[in-house]
This record gives sequence, structure tokens and C-alpha cells, in this order.
Amino acid sequence: MSCPGGWAAAVPDPALSVSLRQDSPIPLDVALACAPGELLALVGPSGSGKSTVLRCIAGLHRPAMGRILCGGETWFDDDARIDRPAHRRRVGFVFQNYALFPHMTALENVTAAMQGVSRAERDARGRAILERVHLGGLEERRPAALSGGQQQRVAVARALARDPAVLLLDEPFSAVDRATRKRLYRELAELHGTLGMPVVLVTHDLEEAALLSDRLCILHRGRTLQEGPPLEVMARPASPDVARLIDIRNIFEGRVLEHRETCTLVAWRGHVLEAAPRADVAAGSVVPWCIPASGVLLHRRDRPSRGERENPVAGRVAEFVPLGENASMVVLADGSPDAPLALSVPVHVAHRNAVSVGVEVTVSLLADSIHLMPRI
Amino acid sequence: MDWTALGLSLRLGGATCLVLLPIGIVLGRLLAWGRFRGRGFVEALLTLPLVLPPTVLGYYLLVAFGGSSPAGRLYEAMFGSTLVFTFEGLLAASVLVNLPFAIQPMQRAFEAVPGEVREAAACSGMAPLQVLRRIDLPLAWPGIVTGMVMTFAHTLGEFGVVLMVGGSLPGETKTIAIAIYDRVQAFDEGAAGAMSAFLLASSLAALGITYVLSGRVGRRRA
Repeated sequence: MSCPGGWAAAVPDPALSVSLRQDSPIPLDVALACAPGELLALVGPSGSGKSTVLRCIAGLHRPAMGRILCGGETWFDDDARIDRPAHRRRVGFVFQNYALFPHMTALENVTAAMQGVSRAERDARGRAILERVHLGGLEERRPAALSGGQQQRVAVARALARDPAVLLLDEPFSAVDRATRKRLYRELAELHGTLGMPVVLVTHDLEEAALLSDRLCILHRGRTLQEGPPLEVMARPASPDVARLIDIRNIFEGRVLEHRETCTLVAWRGHVLEAAPRADVAAGSVVPWCIPASGVLLHRRDRPSRGERENPVAGRVAEFVPLGENASMVVLADGSPDAPLALSVPVHVAHRNAVSVGVEVTVSLLADSIHLMPRI
Repeated sequence: MDWTALGLSLRLGGATCLVLLPIGIVLGRLLAWGRFRGRGFVEALLTLPLVLPPTVLGYYLLVAFGGSSPAGRLYEAMFGSTLVFTFEGLLAASVLVNLPFAIQPMQRAFEAVPGEVREAAACSGMAPLQVLRRIDLPLAWPGIVTGMVMTFAHTLGEFGVVLMVGGSLPGETKTIAIAIYDRVQAFDEGAAGAMSAFLLASSLAALGITYVLSGRVGRRRA
């Protein structure tokens, strides 16, 4: 009959693959991919173009150049002059404010997204989907009579009702209160495990992205800066820009001295720091490095302890702000305003050590947390 | 009471509404959501009948419909008669005069439909005509009805343009507003009074319906 190669070619690639370029109204230079069943989080500050990327995928915004492939179909290709209208792209889109149809009940909102299905089947499937998002019993309510969290669930149900080739979530948790948000996180994580299509989540909240996603994509001024598993991106930002975006405040420059078996030695302000090994960075080169606040440890002031030999740095406390159980601190390394080290300590520890602004302290920079970011 | 004139007026009002319903929906949506060059100019042009003296408008229509203008000649070549002093001419004039009354309430109602809701409809797989039927019309219908009611009531009361374009031929172009003027000139106070009372009541009813419906649009949005 047919050769194995021909058979393989006939199976459509269900993944999502996107490349976009435009100069205005928002500059975009984006390339990303998302496998079936994978949740990709697009993270960036407001104005970074992340919502525009989502709108391009859905066909609500037309980029100047690029290609969008999904579910084995070409949705957009400026070379081939393909631009499928939004209603012919099989997407499930959850809008930031849900954009439910205000004149329809919850059930009608869901069944409205089922085209070409018989009335009886629509009804049964709509009820099943609402049941799946824990809205059983609320089928006949209008959106105005539902709480924020319930509206979000209807929006998710409506997005799933079309049996979409890709699920697009645009800041779906920003319009609900904190407690509801936590519950919706759990529900999405649970739902995600049962979905077979690529899921793209747009958010400005890095914690949310790290919590929910399989892969992060950091977007800044319309460009994809780094892509990878959340822990990988958070621990090893590719550049100072990414480090700043993931809220690492301790970014400095140092000179690589030599590579040892267990560490790389870096000269910084007269200190020789042991850093996580990076044999790929040439000795002698000057590179930016960063360390998250969690990698800076405060020494006990009353008696020395074991960890003190690990990259000890002395300095003066310039800022001390208790925020709940933890206090956020800035220590000027060597007393210099050019080298502010941000760290966080439990408030009780700070009190025991009599930490206040102006006090001299020493800290350790954990070698494993010092991350070099060679320019590529 | 001049029943022929009243019947003619009702017929004219109904026909004007029928012609303006699709025009209003198309132009109202276009003006509510369309971004195109010359949009301000189009809006000004459509609002013009509100501020232009009816006699000025009537004069230009008379010239345009007449046998000496290209449009008038074209119509005459196609249908064998001119538009002047006919019901068809009156209808054409009535449609033009009522453009702002029909379009503006519809445009406001369509503007009140959130853009995201329409995008959500497209992302739910609805083709543009389905979006119109299932989203736009159900959400904007109070504005559409308002436009129709205003058009109908205004057509009943229109005087200047009708007199200029239609003359006052009984059964053909003599509407109730003109009949009132006629009766007053003939010192027939009774008939003029009865017809005036009818127009007053119908106008009041139209405005009542309009305000009830616009309150409904406001609630929907909240």
C-alpha cells in the first residue's frame, strides 16, 4: 500500500509554531513553538507585545510578516498570502475580561461556540463541559449573575467547546481576587493534565507562569529573549535583561580568572568569588553575573558560623524594610553605593542580629547561585 | 380628518422605515467600528439633514429630481417619469431626510457592544453574518427599534421637504402635515385640530418608547 514515509507525512503535526515580525504598531520579532499538551507561558512586562502575539495566533491582529502553523494547518503565511479569518482558525481564546456574551446564559455561551453540531448534542456536550469546569447547576445563569471566578470558568468552558487546536489564555487570572486565583490555578493545572492541545498562557506574573507552565518564554519589547523550563530560566537567565525581568536585582560585572574543577573564579571589586562552573567563558573576559536574593545569606553577627568561608563580603545596611514575615534588605558591598546587594531575611533573624540601617554586616554569596551571563 | 392624507403618511412612514432598516444597520455598524479615511466627513454628511432648513434640502432635491439634472434624466430614462411630485420622489426625499434619525441611535447601540465580545464571537467560530445575527442584533436591538420609531414619527410630521418635493397632490403626495396646513388655510379648525392632536399623540408615544428602550440599553451595558 503506502510506504511508511508517506504515512508519516500524512499525519498532521498537531504542534503550534509561530514566527512573527512587524515594526508597527508594536514592534515584534518573535519565534516560539508549543507541543501538544504543553503549557507555554509568555511572560513580559505590560507593553512587551505578549497579548499581541496571542491576537496574531487567533487572527485578531495581522502581523506584517511571519508564519503561523497549528494542528497541521497553515493559518498565516505572508509569503504564500495565507491569512485565515479568525472564525476559521480552531482556537479557544480566554480573554482577560472573559468577554462573555451578556445576553446568553452560561450554557448558551458554551454552545454558541459549537458550530455544525446538532442542537441535542450541543446541549448535552455544553452541560458536560460546564460540569467539567465545576459549574454544574449554573447552566441557566446569565454572566451578570455569576461571580468573577465563575465567569472565568464559563470563558474556559466556551474556549474548550470548539474542541480547539490550540488554547490561548490572555491574563486569565488578573480579574479575580487572590483566593479565587489560587483555586483557579489548581483547576487549570488539573484541566491541563487532561488536554491534548498546545496551551499558550500570557501573563505578567512570573510566579504564576513558573507555577503553571512547562516552558517559559520571556518577551521584552516584542522580542523573545529566552525560552526554557521555568526553573532553568529563573536560575540561569541568558542576559542581564532577562535577569532584570525575572526580578533579579543583583546584577554586576566581573572578570573571569580561571576555571577549576568545581568552580569558576571571578574577580569582583577586589574579591575573588567562587562561581558555578562555566568552562565555556574564556578566562580574562569581563562578563555580567547575577545572583538572586535567595543566594545572598546574612552571617550571624554575634558568632561566626561555618558558611562564612563561602564568598564572604562585608558591607553596610542601606535599606531595611520588613514586609510581613520577611524583611527586604540592601547591603552596600564594601560600603560602596555602586554595589548594592539585595537580600531577604526572616524578620526574627534580622531582630536577633540587631540589623538596622547603617549597621556593618557580612554576607555570603552562595557559589552555586552566582550565574555568569556571557554576551553571545 | 383627512383619512386619505393620514393613510398616505402612514404608508410613507412604513416605506421609509423599510428602506432605512438595512441602510441603518449597515451604516450604523460601519460608523461604529469602521476606521476609514473621510469618516468624519461621512458622519457630517449624514447628520446634515438635522441642521439644514427643510426648504433648502427640499430645493436641492427638487433640482436633483428634475428633468434638467443628470440624476433626474437618468431616472426618467429608466422609468419614464420624473421623481418630482410623485410618491416615489417623496419616499426618496423622506429616506434622505431621515438618515440621521435612523442611523444615529443604531450607531450608538452598536458602539455599546464591546469589541472583545465580538472578537470572542469570531474566536468561537462565528462567521461575520452569524456575529451580526447572534451578537450584534440581540445586543443592539433597542437602538435599532429606536431608530425606526424616530424615523416613523418624524416622517409623519415632516412638512418642508414634502411640500417642496411633493407638492400637495391628494392621495399621491399630500401627507397629514400638509393636510393640516391646508385645513387651517381653509379655516377648517375642527379637522386641523383633530389631525394635530393625532400627530402630537403619536410623537409623544414615539419618544416614550425611545426613552424606555434607551434605558434598557444602559442597563445592558452595566
